[in-house]
Amino acid sequence: MNISIDVREQELQTTITLAGEIDAYTAPKLRETAFPYTEKQYANVVIDLSGVSYMDSTGLGVFVGLFKSLNANEGTLKLVGLSDRLKRLFDITGLADIMNINSVAEGGV
Amino acid sequence: MNFRDTMLDNYKEILKTYISDQTEQALYLSEKFSRKLLECKVSPEEMISLHKTSIMELEPDLPESLLLSLDILLEVMMAYGLAYREHQSLRTIQRELINEIEVAASMQQTLLGTQIPHLSSLDIGAISVPAKQMSGDYYHFVSHENGAISVAIADIIGKGIPAALCMSMIKYSMDSMPDDSQAPGDVLERLNRVVEQNVDPTMFITMFSGLYHPENHTFHYSSAGHEPGFFYNSEKGIFEELKAKGLLLGVDKKAKYNEYERKVEVGDVILLMSDGVTECRTEDGFLEVDTLIGYIEKYIQLGAQDIADKVYKELEYLQDFQLRDDFTLIILKRIA
Repeated sequence: MNISIDVREQELQTTITLAGEIDAYTAPKLRETAFPYTEKQYANVVIDLSGVSYMDSTGLGVFVGLFKSLNANEGTLKLVGLSDRLKRLFDITGLADIMNINSVAEGGV
Repeated sequence: MNFRDTMLDNYKEILKTYISDQTEQALYLSEKFSRKLLECKVSPEEMISLHKTSIMELEPDLPESLLLSLDILLEVMMAYGLAYREHQSLRTIQRELINEIEVAASMQQTLLGTQIPHLSSLDIGAISVPAKQMSGDYYHFVSHENGAISVAIADIIGKGIPAALCMSMIKYSMDSMPDDSQAPGDVLERLNRVVEQNVDPTMFITMFSGLYHPENHTFHYSSAGHEPGFFYNSEKGIFEELKAKGLLLGVDKKAKYNEYERKVEVGDVILLMSDGVTECRTEDGFLEVDTLIGYIEKYIQLGAQDIADKVYKELEYLQDFQLRDDFTLIILKRIA
């Protein structure tokens, strides 16, 4: 039960690459690390989930929190690299309809 | 002999043994003695004073400077003594908090208690098992005057006490809804507005809301991002997903919830569950939907409560009796 969080800040966007499991134990760490990047105005945050093997509803809560925070600050959130299982989670919860979600990770920015 | 004298005698004995011949026995005894000190809440500075008294009695010819040095040691250890006493009182507070949480957990059970309605045509079973002391899952039944039954199953994302408080809010808004707005879509839209306004922005709720009409045996349902349930078609002997689309509660106050309808025949079964059921983790990964359906199918001919209990037992066994998430399963079976 662990997570690795890698943040790459560029001029126009912040890319956060996650690997491991996002559950009740690791979600607080993710929230603490990622939240500050969503609080800047007009921030563009891309989160790469290709390395995420498991996510539960607590993890989902973190993404909704980030999404709300970015919306409030007129920023954007994009999730990339979702596995089928993760995609299903976003579909069931209706979040796939309001969030920018892509199952393919974007290469070489 | 008072407590201090007993301890002094014990300690002098240990010191004497060790000074005369440095045996393991003395070390063993001092370890035992130190446990006794902790048990009797003797502080570090008291212990140094005990040491000074003992050594003065055992070795009267010790140089004055050594004895004086012990006074300084005692002074220095005072802070440790304070820290030690603080630790003691924190432990007491911790015990009190644990008790309070236990009380809160049992209050949650009482406050959120729901009565399973009795209908001659519908057999209803429910099981809800928390992974921790306080559950994030919640289900609720409401019997309406026209005979219809509302059923709701919810998962509060964000666990513990805030989630429990949130659940009470849901229960009371559901109970206080007027009888003419029973439609599941309306129920979710109302609750969504309540949750959007009142709840901490990092907390969300998934919820499945259903309404069973016993006079024409239809089941209306809507979902706010909740794990889809299953429908067992007894004539064909197949399971279908109760697909329903809708956004989590508390994300967007303008969210709309579509309503779906299903005709229920005698022998048909509606199964509602929390994600603790479908996201159940096994040794070799995740529980597959087919495996889950296999378990349900095995018991589908039983009574509703028996199906719920038996499926829970199977999944509990599969997870080695270590529940990782709250588990809730509701069964509605048309029997007449």
